[in-house]
Amino acid sequence: MKFLGFIVVGLAGAILLYGTGDFPDWGDPYSPASLHISKDYIEKALDQTKVPNIVTAVLADYRGFDTMFETAVIFTAGLACFLLLRDFREKKERFYRHTPTGVILHVKAGKKILDGGKEFEYMDKDWVPSDLIIKTVCRILIPFIQIYALYVVAHGDFSPGGGFQGGVIFGSSLILLAISYNLKTLVKRISEKMLGVYAALGVLIYLGIGVICMLMGGQFLDYAKLAPLIPFDSNHIRALGMLGIEIGVGIAVTAVMAIIYINIVSEGRHDEGL
Amino acid sequence: MYWPIDLIVLTFVIFCAIAAIVVKDLLATAILFGAYSFMMCLLWAVMGAVDVAFTEASVGAGVSTVFFVAAIFRTSRRTKD
Amino acid sequence: MTDLLALIVAKYNYWLYVILMMIGLYAMIAKNNLIKKLVGMNIFQTAIILFYISIGYKKNATLPIIENVHGTGGGHIYAIDYINPLPHVLMLTAIVVSVATFGVAMALAVRVYQRYKTLEEDELRMRLSEK
Repeated sequence: MKFLGFIVVGLAGAILLYGTGDFPDWGDPYSPASLHISKDYIEKALDQTKVPNIVTAVLADYRGFDTMFETAVIFTAGLACFLLLRDFREKKERFYRHTPTGVILHVKAGKKILDGGKEFEYMDKDWVPSDLIIKTVCRILIPFIQIYALYVVAHGDFSPGGGFQGGVIFGSSLILLAISYNLKTLVKRISEKMLGVYAALGVLIYLGIGVICMLMGGQFLDYAKLAPLIPFDSNHIRALGMLGIEIGVGIAVTAVMAIIYINIVSEGRHDEGL
Repeated sequence: MYWPIDLIVLTFVIFCAIAAIVVKDLLATAILFGAYSFMMCLLWAVMGAVDVAFTEASVGAGVSTVFFVAAIFRTSRRTKD
Repeated sequence: MTDLLALIVAKYNYWLYVILMMIGLYAMIAKNNLIKKLVGMNIFQTAIILFYISIGYKKNATLPIIENVHGTGGGHIYAIDYINPLPHVLMLTAIVVSVATFGVAMALAVRVYQRYKTLEEDELRMRLSEK
């Protein structure tokens, strides 16, 4: 198998290397890819949309339909993870710790769930004492990460960034919470149902803005038609429309990242993880 | 852009890719793959694709490494090749 | 001699991308462990993304963010001064979708491990033929 694979790879590589001979030189300003539509995008994007970052302008306005389905793909990935891994069965073994003394109880084949009030706390099977330094540092760090994520989403049209990046950063702050404390803390803060609702809500915000544009008499995702709804800043109406859909993308991506992480790390049981 | 920087970073990328494939410990693979993603992000920043570099730094080097480690935590760490 | 050097400088990037792509393809074909195959898939993916981004690069051009929007610069914008933004847009979404598919692939790997207690391809084939 290894030898066969090597032959296949060598052949494919040789053909591709032969093909590179016909490519334009690297960094050539007159290569075919830079001559047709991208010229129009660069020269007209600022006039038409008032957004200086051309990448965001193309992503959210000229090719907004494409981006909507990319968001739908991400939502579907979260759904697929949930359907593949989610396990609703109760776990047989349970571990409880008596807080004042530190004695650990191991409940096997749990007929009934121990209700010890505040004295007993539920704990993970592979329990490690949580480190004070890590907990404190993460508790201080997480709000700043989240504010930075919001900044990235809000400034997507002036500087690098946007809904995808901001959403991933916000999602990683949630994952950091789950790693530094434990998975229970995250699941208690944001329940599974809310994560699902957020993931769907993000896609719906995107779709809804497109539909509102249609109701106002324009085409799907034609933000210029939103002007009567936002009377104070009609000059930058396209930038505001883009901000709206970036927020939708950000919410969807945040929720999906958290869903995928929680399901993988707890094998779908949402009780204990890294 | 100066082509020596490009060449050096590309060499690092290829080294990281080969190491991530060859090494026999999956946790080491995860970390090498994160390093690979970060080098790739550097390469894109050098080429002027700042948006793509930003995405790769947050997605490839950040979240996908975490998913990787989470999956290794739930499966096995050793591998035969 | 200078011709050869010019050819190498103009094309060496593409050759290295092809090498990277082949590393990924080899890992997908020949490696035994499923997670190693996934790493190969991701390397292949990033190599293709790298190729697209390098198509958009222009010499002596700047980032695709227009300068002096509020300042006095103004004037006409020339396409030759800015890097081609179109590949960036397409690849940006491709990266985020790639992490989502990577998550689904990891979920499948966890599922396979739960059921067969292994991720090695030959052992998996053995377990499957037992039944």
